Amino acid sequence: MSVLLAARGVRKAFGTTDALRGADLEVRDGEILAVMGPSGSGKSTLLHCLAGIFPPDEGEVWFDGNRVDRLSEAGRTALRRTAFGFVFQFGQLVPELDALDNVALPLLLGGVRRGEAYAQAANWFPRLGLSELEHRRTGELSGGQAQRVALARALAVRPKVIFADEPTGSLDTLTGEQVMDLLVDVAREEGATVIIVTHDARVAAYADREVVVRDGLVSDFRAAAR
Amino acid sequence: MNVSTTLLGLLEPQPSHGYELKHEYDTLFGIGKPLSFGQVYGTLSRLERDGQIVMHDSAPGGGPERRRYVITSDGVTRLEQWLAAPEQPEPHLQAVLYVKVVLALLSDRPASAYLDAQRTAHLDRMRELTAMRKAGPLRRSLLADFGLFHLEADLRWMEVTMARLNDLRAEVVR
Repeated sequence: MSVLLAARGVRKAFGTTDALRGADLEVRDGEILAVMGPSGSGKSTLLHCLAGIFPPDEGEVWFDGNRVDRLSEAGRTALRRTAFGFVFQFGQLVPELDALDNVALPLLLGGVRRGEAYAQAANWFPRLGLSELEHRRTGELSGGQAQRVALARALAVRPKVIFADEPTGSLDTLTGEQVMDLLVDVAREEGATVIIVTHDARVAAYADREVVVRDGLVSDFRAAAR
Repeated sequence: MNVSTTLLGLLEPQPSHGYELKHEYDTLFGIGKPLSFGQVYGTLSRLERDGQIVMHDSAPGGGPERRRYVITSDGVTRLEQWLAAPEQPEPHLQAVLYVKVVLALLSDRPASAYLDAQRTAHLDRMRELTAMRKAGPLRRSLLADFGLFHLEADLRWMEVTMARLNDLRAEVVR
């Protein structure tokens, strides 16, 4: 598998705090990677840099052979809308919209026509076990249902990379397993690459491999052992 | 696994032959570690000697594989006592890990590298168990979950220990 996404010597500070101190990482196309590490280690900052949410202070971020860190804010926004999907710990659905609106939203923002966007969005509901929940408001969904809607929203643009930040952090064990099973199964069917930030070893065990972020640096113990 | 009380539990619903018990045990509990026929017949012989099972009937030929056993009231009592008694919590693995960490610190070896290698091994095993849990059926999934939760507890201990290695070194190194 070729390298799809990479960080090279990435540094990022917030005020006087160094979150990343020269992080290096390569993620292969179609891989499911877990990024582990204690709280405050820099793992979420690494995900945000890889996803172009904010640019690094130093270093390079590469996606599909192109420098993400050199893109303008508008360029990074376009990349996130077309090539990346996001799943966060608390779903972060728009509460004023129903479930179908939420899934259609990234398609509409990406310029897909309304009818087509809603048709594509609706297709995800049976696939993720959400049939007949299309018109529920987010407040009327259980935690697991809301996270599956968030997963559908992330998948709607058929992203090349799905970034998941503690995707089961707010769920009980069984519901979390159901969400992880779906995330991994659908990502493999779609050929998407997945980067999961987690401190939960049970979640990391779904990944093909794991790296550990510690004190702003990435350690890949498997690579070190080879 | 307590083989004798487990066989009593398998015998309680109905009389059974040794080979049927072995098959049932291996299907339900013996994943990766099946019982040998020697273990089965040796255990049945001891249970019979202790009055916890008796021969129910025997097919012509008379060998141990021909005998069908039934549980006795003494056997049921022992089974009930075993089921009702909580198991002694015994963190064997953590104890081994702990000893290795302390010995590494005492000898000025890299305890953190040892813990990192152990975490990688634990996660490899958790991947296998995650696949087993997903493949089912439910009885295998629940066994896999049992293993996953225990390995997860080990990993949490390793994480806490990793964060406190300097303090531990200061405490144990004279």
